[in-house]
Amino acid sequence: MSVATVLEEEETRSLEAREFGFWVYLMTDAIIFALLFATYVVLSKNSAAGPTSNELFDLRHTAVETALLLLSSLTFGMATIAMTAGRAGRVVLWLIVTLALGLGFLAMELLEFHGMIAKGGGPEVSGFLSAFFTLVGTHGLHVAFGALGIVVMTGQVLIKGLTLPVRSRLIRLGLFWHFLDIVWIGIFSVIYLPGVM
Amino acid sequence: MNHTAERSVATYLTGFVLAIILTAIPFAIVWGGLVTGPAVYAVIAAAALMQVVVHLVFFLHLNLRSTPAENLFFLGFAAVLIVIMVGGSLWIMTDLHHRMM
Repeated sequence: MSVATVLEEEETRSLEAREFGFWVYLMTDAIIFALLFATYVVLSKNSAAGPTSNELFDLRHTAVETALLLLSSLTFGMATIAMTAGRAGRVVLWLIVTLALGLGFLAMELLEFHGMIAKGGGPEVSGFLSAFFTLVGTHGLHVAFGALGIVVMTGQVLIKGLTLPVRSRLIRLGLFWHFLDIVWIGIFSVIYLPGVM
Repeated sequence: MNHTAERSVATYLTGFVLAIILTAIPFAIVWGGLVTGPAVYAVIAAAALMQVVVHLVFFLHLNLRSTPAENLFFLGFAAVLIVIMVGGSLWIMTDLHHRMM
């Protein structure tokens, strides 16, 4: 075996370890979100004479946010497929589409927060709203960091090309992005749908 | 994790269509008021759990053949922790709520 193949094997092994480490991180993140969900469920009826979920939530708004995030999961998948095929140009294209969808989602979320605060439903008003802003805000913050990650990875694909470490980072970012979509399933099922009933 | 072989456009599209269906069902039920009472929560919960599985299988490519055992182990471990902590918290808090009434 030549030195080059040994080095490549070492690198592959190291990258696989990182992927496992990232998976462990995602599971701990899932536990954080689960506890924020538990907090929300306990506090969701405590509106302290402030606005209730029925007055604040708009299901149409949530439906569009859901569509944007789900679509962005699909486009990230397309980027992953383009990466497997070794087509750097297409990877960048799909990443930019994913970024646009993610930023659209964030813009809608900020618009919603702004509207709620304008209606007198800020995070300081009641236990329900504190729990709501903590949970949905934590998810939004994750999406913002994911978007930053997409910007960084777009740069890396353009500058470094689809090298082994870049591919590994892209796969890990994909895990993160798909994971955030899973958390969003919980958010619309636990917060928004029961909230407007 | 060497499961690049299973990554295809068809896989993602299947997952996407299933996810849309499983999202549309609870939204339609709440929107249209088709079902009322506790049954609504049951439908929302069932659709959500199924959609989580769809995402894990079609987007995160989890399966029993090529996913390393450690990853599945950690997923199971996280699931157990979540059930204990969330289930336990809700149990205690609802019990407390009833006693305070």
